[in-house]
Amino acid sequence: MTDLATPPQEHTHVPLKHPRLPSSAPLLAAGIAVAASAIVGMTLGWGVAGIGALAIVLHLAGITLWSRAVENARAATDRLVTSLVWVALLVALIPLVSLIWKVITEGANALNGRFLTWSMRNVIGEPGGIYHAIIGTLLITLAAAVISVPVGLLSAIYLVEYGGQSRLAAWIRFLVDVMTGIPSIVAGLFAYALFSIIFGPGTQMGLGGGVALSLLMIPIVVRSAEEMLKLVPADLREASYALGVPKWRTIIKVVLPTAMAGIITGVTLAIARVIGETAPLLIICGSTDSVNFDVFHGQMASLPVFIYSSYTQPGSNPEILKSMAWGAALVLIIIVMALNLFARLAGKFFAPKRGR
Amino acid sequence: MALAGVAIFLTAEGLPGLTASSEDLKGHANFLAYVAPLVFGTLLAAVIALLIALPLAIGVALAVSHYAPRRIAVAIGYLVDLLAAVPSVVYGLWGIAFLGPRLVPVYEWLAAHLGFIPFFEGPASNTGRTIFTASIVLAIMVLPIITAISREIFVQTPRLNEEAALALGATRWEMVRLAVLPYARSGIVSAAMLGLGRALGETMAVAMVLSASGVVTFDLISSTNPSTIAANIALTFADATGIQRNALIASGLVLFVITFAVNFAARAIVERTDQGRAR
Repeated sequence: MTDLATPPQEHTHVPLKHPRLPSSAPLLAAGIAVAASAIVGMTLGWGVAGIGALAIVLHLAGITLWSRAVENARAATDRLVTSLVWVALLVALIPLVSLIWKVITEGANALNGRFLTWSMRNVIGEPGGIYHAIIGTLLITLAAAVISVPVGLLSAIYLVEYGGQSRLAAWIRFLVDVMTGIPSIVAGLFAYALFSIIFGPGTQMGLGGGVALSLLMIPIVVRSAEEMLKLVPADLREASYALGVPKWRTIIKVVLPTAMAGIITGVTLAIARVIGETAPLLIICGSTDSVNFDVFHGQMASLPVFIYSSYTQPGSNPEILKSMAWGAALVLIIIVMALNLFARLAGKFFAPKRGR
Repeated sequence: MALAGVAIFLTAEGLPGLTASSEDLKGHANFLAYVAPLVFGTLLAAVIALLIALPLAIGVALAVSHYAPRRIAVAIGYLVDLLAAVPSVVYGLWGIAFLGPRLVPVYEWLAAHLGFIPFFEGPASNTGRTIFTASIVLAIMVLPIITAISREIFVQTPRLNEEAALALGATRWEMVRLAVLPYARSGIVSAAMLGLGRALGETMAVAMVLSASGVVTFDLISSTNPSTIAANIALTFADATGIQRNALIASGLVLFVITFAVNFAARAIVERTDQGRAR
């Protein structure tokens, strides 16, 4: 009989836990990096941007080397990537913050009652107002909405209720997706070409702006309305069919009211998206200094075009017009934000009553 | 339907421009010589913008989907949407008044120290209105699109794959690299192409920021820059007459074809991935 008992081996001690950096390590490293680069930057007389860049580099190098020394190579890579992700986030947010800060500080100076209620007609050498541009923007956007909401909504209803999985519906869906990517200036050129053919060359009017913007707006409306209509439970439709209600009546009385909240949200977001478009309006609407209520005749001013032309071609009083451009930018951003907010609220407010 | 209409009308109005004589095209021999520098500028600006935006966008999307705590992630998502909601003309305003002047010292430094690289040959522009500035503004504008799409795809990564990777002892980065990125690769590609399409067609920011002179050059920081199709249309359309306008519309048609091709490819990739996933 052999002796099965093996002599006890000497195990080298393997710890269950690897050494880890404290959980506050990234913040600590970031703090040290910022402090160090601030000292270096200030002694060398750098700006904020230089100090920030140096701090980022120091932090990335510091946390990686520290982790490599205490932990291991894999953990070091992990920490490096984590820091990179956060840095990317910071860098992406810098322009947003700086942009909004700049628009608010520069725009607030120009904003007053006269600025909102005067036009630029016969205004020379003093600040005028942007009333004509606000009116123009609202009318053109209204025209765009009037064109694109019915077209978009009906297309969406076709896609969901009638088209289903058919080949035609798949193609329309695909083309609508591609249409989302039409450059805005091409939409403007299209409207210009269309109106040149119909009304003679060189026609510029507010309605053309509406047509151009609706071309940009329709795909957004179709996609959002389609998503919303898809969410309507099939049970509701079937219950309606079971009661003998024809299809068109089911759509009007059952499907649309159920999806209404989402559709309103989608339309509002689409309006917010096109209200700031400049390029098509520059081509098809032109610009003017007078108030123009008639979308069918004559050039029409709009906020984005006003911002563009008064900043790039300020004429004899550059300071005044440039500050007015900032004011108009602030007004435009406020309108867009208000529309976004309204879209969110509408989603909650018009939501169908779930009952119980 | 409408898409076909756009193509037809643009062709109809653009055709006279294709055969326009040289005095109408500001000294260019024919339409091809007129539009080629513009196409070059368009592609250059868009590609640089994409190079800047893509890493940032993936970083932000990862932060939202896998790194940040939920509450912060929601706030960041809202901020990125805000970035998308700002009108392009306001970006242009910001680029020309704020970003441009602040980049001048950077350009001077680049021209002085890295001048041997053709991109930074200089002489540095003293207004900051260069194609590099325009590309940065474009990058900021396409960032929200790429971020939104890649975020959606990162979130869809199967939970089990992620947990399996973590259970095998992977660090968080290894989990992302092994589970999330392979799953999302085609999504990222199509997001990037959609962003490229947007950058190609963006007009106002470029028109305002760039001081263009219609040359073909790889020098990113000098004051003579290639123009882009869209910006060229916006800048010269008001002063153009007759056949010049037709030429501009024809260049718009070129832009339309390019962006259509890019978007078509992007959507086709998305469709294919969706079908592959359904199996």
